[in-house]
Amino acid sequence: MEISPEYAVQMHGIVKTFGSFCALDQVHLDVKKGSIHAILGENGAGKSTLMNVLYGLYQADAGEIFLNGERVAIKNPNDAIARGIGMVHQHFMLVDNFTVTENIILGKEVTGQFGVLNMKKAREEVLKIVKEYGLEVDPDAKIEDISVGMQQRVEILKALYRGADILILDEPTAVLTPQEIGELIEIMRGLAANGKTIIIITHKLKEIKLSSDVCTIIRRGKYIDTFPVHDVSEEELATKMVGHQVKLVVDKTPAEPGEVIFEIENLTVKDERGLEAVKNLSLRVRRGEIIGIAGVDGNGQKELVEAITCLTKVESGAIRINGTEIQNTTPRNVIEHKISTIHEDRQRRGLVLPFTVAENTVLEKYRSSQFSRRGMLLLDKISAFAKRLVEDYDIRPAGCEERPARGLSGGNQQKVIIAREISNDPDLLIAVQPTRGLDVGAIEYVHKMLVQERDKGKGILLVSLELDEILNVADTVCVIYGGSITGTFTQKEADENTVGLLMAGGKRNENAG
Amino acid sequence: MKTLVKILKKPITSTLIAVLFGFLVAAIVLVLAGYNPIEAFSALASGIFSKPKYISNVVIKATPIILTGLSVAFAYKTGLFNIGAEGQYIAGTVFSVLVGVKLDLAPVLQIPIVVLAGVLGGALFGGIVGLLKAKFGIHEVITSIMLNWIGLYFCNFIVNSEAYHKPNSTASLPVNASSYTMLLPKWKTSPEGVAALKPHQWLYDTLVRTDVNFGILIAIVMVAVIWVLLYRSTKGYELRAVGFNRDAAEFSGINVSRNIIDSMLIAGALSGLAGALAITGTAPHGISTLAAFENNGFNGLSVALIAGSSPVGCVFAGLLFGGLLYGGQSVQQVVGAPTEIINIMIGTIVFFVALTRIVPILADRLGKRGAEHAN
Repeated sequence: MEISPEYAVQMHGIVKTFGSFCALDQVHLDVKKGSIHAILGENGAGKSTLMNVLYGLYQADAGEIFLNGERVAIKNPNDAIARGIGMVHQHFMLVDNFTVTENIILGKEVTGQFGVLNMKKAREEVLKIVKEYGLEVDPDAKIEDISVGMQQRVEILKALYRGADILILDEPTAVLTPQEIGELIEIMRGLAANGKTIIIITHKLKEIKLSSDVCTIIRRGKYIDTFPVHDVSEEELATKMVGHQVKLVVDKTPAEPGEVIFEIENLTVKDERGLEAVKNLSLRVRRGEIIGIAGVDGNGQKELVEAITCLTKVESGAIRINGTEIQNTTPRNVIEHKISTIHEDRQRRGLVLPFTVAENTVLEKYRSSQFSRRGMLLLDKISAFAKRLVEDYDIRPAGCEERPARGLSGGNQQKVIIAREISNDPDLLIAVQPTRGLDVGAIEYVHKMLVQERDKGKGILLVSLELDEILNVADTVCVIYGGSITGTFTQKEADENTVGLLMAGGKRNENAG
Repeated sequence: MKTLVKILKKPITSTLIAVLFGFLVAAIVLVLAGYNPIEAFSALASGIFSKPKYISNVVIKATPIILTGLSVAFAYKTGLFNIGAEGQYIAGTVFSVLVGVKLDLAPVLQIPIVVLAGVLGGALFGGIVGLLKAKFGIHEVITSIMLNWIGLYFCNFIVNSEAYHKPNSTASLPVNASSYTMLLPKWKTSPEGVAALKPHQWLYDTLVRTDVNFGILIAIVMVAVIWVLLYRSTKGYELRAVGFNRDAAEFSGINVSRNIIDSMLIAGALSGLAGALAITGTAPHGISTLAAFENNGFNGLSVALIAGSSPVGCVFAGLLFGGLLYGGQSVQQVVGAPTEIINIMIGTIVFFVALTRIVPILADRLGKRGAEHAN
């Protein structure tokens, strides 16, 4: 591609290696001024590395960077900021107990004489940008009091305040609710119309279709293709990203449910603040079926799962597995009664990151006679067991069983957890947000595993905030709202509109039901 | 270049570099103060190595801090910061004295009972900290610092109590001789023993003129025990899981509170053992009024830090520390430089150990530069 001032960013032949690992191999990126440009790739494909090179966090081993047709060397983030590049990281870098204005000006404060902070002037300047770009936000609110979507706006404002013309958004939708995602896309469009150039890193296909003009695909550190987004379908995007055909729809036969193995009766659970988060909830799971719980975040899903796994106390009601009540006992008792849980927070609840993969695979079983004798671990057995799981579940890199779990990619960490929980041979498998943060290939894999376990006659309880996932995978869809189940549908009956309306607290439409 | 980078990345290299810097800074301070650093260091070296007696004194000095270092390192590996080793050490000495002064059995029974009393004393102090953390979430640093002072005043209380006070002194009565753990204690005191040893200068020096005792062997055995406990047992697996990620441990059915208490019990027991062995193994075999901490526990913190919390590393770090502490005395005697120079050196080493996380990073850079040159 020719070097031209029409392009805000041009990166040509970028190579970046870490030790013997080649993260970027001759990658190109040409971003037109005033456009929204998506960078699409699986986890670990090198998207973030490429952006970190542009932002000066990494130095490329080879290749050239041009801004507005001019060759530049970006040595560090300050350099990047000075050249009008701003970056909004996936994890926000905000001071929680500072106000919005304080956060925005932090590091570039407005000062009067003798370096005294001029908050009044700072506030005016912030308000000016807020108005200019239509980014509604209260300049005096504290960060800890505003929603995640608002916090993201503050991050964007921070970049604009520093004079950014090129905005890099790293996985901006990962933490947002569907509604907030819509608002973000609006904001991005507005900024582009104002002449800003936006680069968005993501692996969510739907959002690319909705937001972006052009898309560049990177696969395993290699440049694949660049094309206008409106020419291609989601399926084509997925195929290009993963490198082989992907099924976005889960392949499964109709469920053949057996007897009820798991039952929740009139369950009430209070949250940390003492409010009833789960109210009089009842639910049944039969062998050989997947029950999907659909709902907007904060409607009692967290408390429901914590109650089942005995991390929190139950106020009233009963939870039974195979007829035995397990509420208000211990997590170990729950596991011993053949309930396994894939927790939504794999790094906090699922894995001990500094432990090796092998040590992680026996987190619930290290005491069994299979893996220990007279209080001593049978390291050979644990190693062999882990080796088998790594091979069976294709956990990468191959032969990683003696490496710390910390070093694995998110998708492979999730595979370790799934392998472990399935190897417990549970009667009930609870999967909470099992595909959060995973790319298309890994999502397909997780869904396949859930269906496979169902077909082995296990009961599956799938809790997810992604309505698509529930509608795709679950045989029966239950909607949770305000801590109660407000509707139950078979997979055939469930359509996005009806379920979506219930999720938002609306009444069930008689005609559609 | 590659091997160099590899060597630089090993944790032991960082530690050795830190030790080197410690000596370097001490040398600069010595020069500034008008002393010859080479003389001072050779005095230090000969104060450690020139006589067998010196070497055994270094080992004697090192024994308690190897154990308190092990105590701190163990707690750290299970996610706890045991700044209470000092108080647990004192509790160990006091409990040993409480039992050893009143009880007088055959050594086969007496020694284990007296040592065990000290171990229990330390475990009690550690256990309180663990219990308060597990049940009420009180941070272990706060409670164990308070317990350090409680230990100090508890010690002074016992020393001055009628039953234990040694008249006309600031010390307690010594424990009964049946509790002694020195090597061949009778040989020292009996004229026949001394006569038998006299022709063998080396033996005479180490055995009679110092308090050579079994403590170091016990310390080394404990290092092995703790290593096996941490890395080979199910209990150690639980302790480390809780230390690394409490939430994941809880979720997979491990009893978190139980393991926090157990960890502090064991850490306390190790420091208590250090105290007990000091009582049974070295003169004056009793406790005395403390005006300030003797730092056997606090030095354990430094030992654990230098050892990078590795149990085995504690042995070597403890010996280094013991050598500096003991050999440092001769720097003053020979060169006339104040002993504070040794404290400066120790301080610098600890400081650079904390800093040397930077060495692997620098090694990375060096490796890259090498690769560029190769291109």
